[in-house]
Amino acid sequence: MNREEIFNKIREVLVDALGVDDDEVTGTAVLTSDLGAESIDFLDISFKLEQSFGFKIAQGELFPDNAAQNPDYVVDGKVTAKGLIELKEKMPHVDFTDFEADPQLARIGKLFTVDALVNFVDTKLQTASA
Amino acid sequence: MWIDRVIELERGKRLVAIKNISLAEEHLHDHFAADAIRNEPAIPVMPFSLIIEGMAQTAGILVGHTNDFQEKVILAKIGSAEIDRDALPGHTLRYSAEITQMDAVGAATAGTIDLLDHAHADAGWQRIGAIDLLFSHIDANRTGQVFPEHNFVFGESFKTLLRTSGVLP
Repeated sequence: MNREEIFNKIREVLVDALGVDDDEVTGTAVLTSDLGAESIDFLDISFKLEQSFGFKIAQGELFPDNAAQNPDYVVDGKVTAKGLIELKEKMPHVDFTDFEADPQLARIGKLFTVDALVNFVDTKLQTASA
Repeated sequence: MWIDRVIELERGKRLVAIKNISLAEEHLHDHFAADAIRNEPAIPVMPFSLIIEGMAQTAGILVGHTNDFQEKVILAKIGSAEIDRDALPGHTLRYSAEITQMDAVGAATAGTIDLLDHAHADAGWQRIGAIDLLFSHIDANRTGQVFPEHNFVFGESFKTLLRTSGVLP
């Protein structure tokens, strides 16, 4: 499955889970601020991706798992260098370039774009077929 | 409680419950009350929101039972809800819920609602709707928020229903 096919399936998932229109789902759209996703929607999206693509997603694999509660990873509202290394290792599907310049925890939601989901699914499918 | 009895239960998979709608239920006196000014009679109709609550209780028990009610199971999202017909006093509703997905964080369920009109029992159960729900195990949620240790979700009313239905001893 190529990236365009993956994107089209992800768009269907997001239209269903978030009640958005087709044309709102672009590669750069941020799940929270652009598409209105709230915390529980991440579980919904995760379940729907599993159903749509036929793989299992472990807890914390797609979205960070309690990173904000770890004092090693967040100090004074900012993600620490150690936290960034951990996040980047756990989530290679996410582009951290802009975030690294100003790693405010409040900006972490901006990392989760539609493209990040496409990267995630693409890697999962390639790993499964390898 | 918005269900009366659990009639089928397959752990971790499926639960069926029934609800007998009675004119004795106070909410039906207000939904909808007679309007003297408009000269309109009372029209007692089960509110769709309470039908959704009935499904939430049905599916919530199914999800909770899977882990012996150790998890606090909270309705987190109504994925979709379609109800095509009014349910009236004297009707019986049958809620059937299935777990479609479940992990440590929560569960997704798919449910159907059937109606039996006892005045036309020969017509049998009629499908009147479908409701898909998402539940969260709130102790495993990603916010890290801490909740009381005791399971306040499955309180005395739930326990009574489960006992009288033979699910709990």
